[in-house]
Amino acid sequence: MSANTADIRVETGNGQKPYLTASNLTKQFGNFTALSDISLEIYEGEFVCFLGPSGCGKTTLLRAIAGLDIQTFGTVTQGGEDVSSLPPSERDFGIVFQSYALFPNLTIHKNIAFGLENRKLPRADIDKRVNELLELVGLNSQADKYPAQLSGGQQQRIALARAIATNPGLLLLDEPLSALDAKVRAHLRHEIKELQRTLGVTTIMVTHDQEEALTMADRIVVMNDGVIEQVGSPLEIYRHPASAFVADFIGTMNFVPGQVNGSDTLKMGSVELKCDPEKITERGNITVAFRPENLLVQEGGKKLPNAFEAEVKYMEFMGSFFRVDLLSKQTNSDAHIKGDFSINMVRRTGVKEGDTITVSIPHDRLTVFPGVN
Amino acid sequence: MAEVTNSTPLKVVKPKASRDDWTMRAFMVMIGAYLLIALAFPLYIMLSKSFENKDGVFIGVENYIKYFSTPALFNSIENSVTISIITMVITVTLAFIYAYALTRSCMRFKGFFKIMAMIPILVPSLLPGIGLIYMFGKQGYMKWLLFGETIYGPLGIVIAEVFFTFPHALLIIMTALSISDARLYEAATVLRAPKWKIFWTVTLPSARYGLISAAFVVFTLVITDFGVPKVIGGQYNVLAVDIYKQVIGQQNFSMGAVVSVVLLIPAIFAFFIDRQVQKKQVAQLSARAVPFEPKPDSKFDALMMSYSGFIVLIIVTILATCQFAALVKFWPYNLSLGLQHYNFDLMDGGGWDSYYNSIQMALWTAAVGTTVVFTGAYMVEKGRGFQQGRTLFQFLAMMPMAVPGMVLGLSYIFFFNNPDNPFNFIYGTMAILVVSTVTHFYTVAHLTAMTALKQMDKEFESVSQSLQQPFYKMFLKVTVPVCSPAILEIAIYLFVNAMTTVSAVVFIYSYHTQLASVAVLNMDDAGDIAPAAAMGMMIFYTNAAARLLHAVVSKYMEKKTQAWRQR
Repeated sequence: MSANTADIRVETGNGQKPYLTASNLTKQFGNFTALSDISLEIYEGEFVCFLGPSGCGKTTLLRAIAGLDIQTFGTVTQGGEDVSSLPPSERDFGIVFQSYALFPNLTIHKNIAFGLENRKLPRADIDKRVNELLELVGLNSQADKYPAQLSGGQQQRIALARAIATNPGLLLLDEPLSALDAKVRAHLRHEIKELQRTLGVTTIMVTHDQEEALTMADRIVVMNDGVIEQVGSPLEIYRHPASAFVADFIGTMNFVPGQVNGSDTLKMGSVELKCDPEKITERGNITVAFRPENLLVQEGGKKLPNAFEAEVKYMEFMGSFFRVDLLSKQTNSDAHIKGDFSINMVRRTGVKEGDTITVSIPHDRLTVFPGVN
Repeated sequence: MAEVTNSTPLKVVKPKASRDDWTMRAFMVMIGAYLLIALAFPLYIMLSKSFENKDGVFIGVENYIKYFSTPALFNSIENSVTISIITMVITVTLAFIYAYALTRSCMRFKGFFKIMAMIPILVPSLLPGIGLIYMFGKQGYMKWLLFGETIYGPLGIVIAEVFFTFPHALLIIMTALSISDARLYEAATVLRAPKWKIFWTVTLPSARYGLISAAFVVFTLVITDFGVPKVIGGQYNVLAVDIYKQVIGQQNFSMGAVVSVVLLIPAIFAFFIDRQVQKKQVAQLSARAVPFEPKPDSKFDALMMSYSGFIVLIIVTILATCQFAALVKFWPYNLSLGLQHYNFDLMDGGGWDSYYNSIQMALWTAAVGTTVVFTGAYMVEKGRGFQQGRTLFQFLAMMPMAVPGMVLGLSYIFFFNNPDNPFNFIYGTMAILVVSTVTHFYTVAHLTAMTALKQMDKEFESVSQSLQQPFYKMFLKVTVPVCSPAILEIAIYLFVNAMTTVSAVVFIYSYHTQLASVAVLNMDDAGDIAPAAAMGMMIFYTNAAARLLHAVVSKYMEKKTQAWRQR
């Protein structure tokens, strides 16, 4: 990989000085390189998600930023100050872990007060602050209970309250929702985002869950194999994935081998597809990518552009839509194409397994990746 | 990234250590230094003494040549290995069946059987020897059972060693059997495997590491044990007693050192194999395993209960014999009861003072040992950086397990009795007994502490650091309370072993610091067997009371901390 300098051109950053920077971070564990020359800037008040499959280095990056596992090479600055080699206790951050890491033998109140002690604060001020925080996370009636007496979601809210108790400049969340069940997770996702917005604290969250990243982040840093694949807003990353990896990792994507055939035309087998010319930067063999939900079905007599015929092999009922497996002889390959068909459309057209239908891909929904995957 | 000018991008970042990091390292270095002074240096001195003559002149391997050309000496190697292997086979077999009864049957009174099987841990290994003498010795009431064989020799040693090592093997095998996965049994049953086949294909393989580990522990215990062969060995020489004879009997310290080195070899060998096996056992544990629940089977349960009952009967008989002999006026001629054998002050061995000394020494060992061991384990487990230092510490903490008590004690004579040694002042005091005992039992205590610490969320320290709190606050307010069951376990372990140990202290006690366990030895040596039995039983009652107190305190703490321990 070349110098993996993330391309930062996002609205939030314009003209501002970054609050946190990581420059050329490399982390090696023996012969294994967990992070490879990572550079990144994060702005004040931003909510950034590190997203990637397990083992991609996202937690390693977070732990380097926190000083818990200091990088082998490279620098980290926070608030304009070089903190590269400082131990965690000399940095300014609050942290929440997947395991909650609440002290089991201390009450909720004492857990939250833990970081407020030894700071020459009078007892009354500490109690006041703890109550404030309990109010903030909506658990003021639980102050005298022990962590084991609370549900997972409640425990994670206490962990959050403890992490922000000292008003840190940076909040680090390491897979905070992964240990919770789906309903609680969705609820807490919203709550954490709200809280972050209210407090305006710069936040980094590590997650392997794309839905979490898409719904919570201002910007997502997609990582793979110790390098940054793409940095961008959720919409950008979903709409304009910078690499086949990002396209595949976030959402579902069809990849079909093809060729470039002129300045604004692609060929996928015998199918000709019109495409925005600025997307074609390569010559020769390419991979055509598009998302299942962007596949349209031709209904009635109206002819759609970029259309081709395909046989419906299998329809999978997903609740709110059908995931359809299509095979097209025209695309001249064995590539199965996935399409998402709405319940209404299926009812309207009566599509069923074994039918041959005409489908199309709008030109602005096509993405082109170099080479054949 | 235009503003970042990286002229030397490949400069390795050197993490800055915080004040806490330095403090924690300092603690670790201090405890590491303790282990060097109390273990590594003395052993080194002993090793070098084995290459010197009586006057301290270096003579190369001459002592070893002499050792291996004296049949009376080197024959002990074969004797020691033989009885160790025989005991190993018998104990592991008996303990396996007993553990099987406890974990895989639905027999009643399991709690009772579990407690009774642990009794041998509470007595010095001299005591079963004494019990056997009363049962099978020249005037033994069950002598006819031997059909003319003598109990003084390998037979007596093996029986007494089986008694002595039984609970150690049982604990290990029970753990191995209780982690077995019920799903394997269900699968085997569904596949219609007959019971014996399930036993050979599921039960034994899943317990194999436990069995191997138990076998090596028993082997090490027996080959390094001094009490049993001393009391009941007769003319049958073994290595541990040879050291004693060379040092105490002939004052030949160099030859004592040679025998010590010879004894170290099998002990270290067994230790390393056991460590390898232990590592594999951990890897075998799966978090998804479903605990096995035995189903009632009246025939099988009755069989298991009669077996367990028989074992308990043997244990109780040996102890009851000792107690009875201690109370009887003149065995076997006058069986009326009296307390005259408790007039310890009239015999060799230090009298009642030795008993009080023992309690004092055991309390100090428990207090100092628990503090040192737990603090050391915490610093090595939760400290940051300083990797080489921590690896060295771990090595030092594991070493005592491989060093027989006799060897450690003899090393202490060489090391601490040297007037040039700045620590010479502890020689002959209670302190050296405490140091020796803490060091001798360090490893098991350290492993207990490490296990408890590893079970704590490893992110507690990260959270505490991010909240800029000092490590000792975390340690005192969270780690110690959460680990309190393990801490109590370490304390009682050290107390009980300090009460019973002979080998670690027999060379270094002084006139003012005589101990109960040594008194048993000396009274037995002087032919006062009944008082020896009486003192041995005193140790048993004290340990039993300590265990009971430990159980009460644990129960109380469990109740008090119930609110946060439930999950």
